[in-house]
Amino acid sequence: MTLLPILILAAGTFAFRFGGVLLRDRLTFSDRVKELLSTSAVVLLFALVATSALAKGQDFAGWALPAGVLVAGVLAWRKAPFVVVVVAAALTTALLRLAGLA
Amino acid sequence: MRSIWRTLDAELWRGVLAIAAAAAVNGASFGAISVASGLPMWVPVAMSLLVFAGGSQYLAVGVTAAGGSPVAAVLGGLLLNARHLPFGLAVGELVGRGWAARLLGSHLLIDESVAFAMAQRDAVRARAAYWACGATLFVAWNLGVLGGAVAGQLVGDADALGLDAVFPAAMLALVLPALKDASARIPALVGAAVALAATPFLPTGVPILLALLGLLAVPRPARKAPEVVA
Repeated sequence: MTLLPILILAAGTFAFRFGGVLLRDRLTFSDRVKELLSTSAVVLLFALVATSALAKGQDFAGWALPAGVLVAGVLAWRKAPFVVVVVAAALTTALLRLAGLA
Repeated sequence: MRSIWRTLDAELWRGVLAIAAAAAVNGASFGAISVASGLPMWVPVAMSLLVFAGGSQYLAVGVTAAGGSPVAAVLGGLLLNARHLPFGLAVGELVGRGWAARLLGSHLLIDESVAFAMAQRDAVRARAAYWACGATLFVAWNLGVLGGAVAGQLVGDADALGLDAVFPAAMLALVLPALKDASARIPALVGAAVALAATPFLPTGVPILLALLGLLAVPRPARKAPEVVA
């Protein structure tokens, strides 16, 4: 890999980020659309949760990873501190893998 | 910047530092994998500074290592990062007004900084959380990548430590309060179902974008007579 593809990927990625930020400032949105924009961020983030918990690339991630994320979900729902949630997820997944679960 | 320190409480900083620690280890693993696949050390380092989007960096290096063309590596990475456009639209108001703030703030737009900002109860805290998370993760990720590239070998197996569970767990904890509201929960569940169903068949990144179809399930605002709230 040479510098050129890195620069193109960097420029394209920055264009997505900056384009969104700039458009938000340049256009005026109704309250309804503003609400839809925040909802779309929640939708995208939750889809990231689902896919990164269950898939590695295009394949199933194995049971240890979603099990760890499920533990995190229960702890977060029970209002456990953020650090506890995150550490419990990693620990659960690591221990299940140590026990031989993929 | 000083106001960010005052606005954020210790609980929030602990949260940011926890995912920053995971990002540093993840970055070290990216740096080590890149060098092990035969790339010169400056490639993962420059990529992390300039692109700053872990998923697309892994993808680009993976495609290159598998003998794929640079065009495929770049296109795959861009597809994965296209979600940053709707993210920018959602958090654009938090980034700031000046050009310097917009340019720098845009570069710090990652899943984590968006999620941390969206989880705050007011705009002032959301702005502080966005900048604190984005800047801290930028430093942690890049130091991790540099360390991994210099060491040239896996500092530790990130998967054996369960560190791949940190990202979805952190995102879930941050997004959970927003899901209490049915007008966000229904589209989020529909969107996640669409993304999961599409994952085995479509290139990485596309299923996430398809999740936006869940927005079609947003309940219409009820057109009833305005209620009088005391």
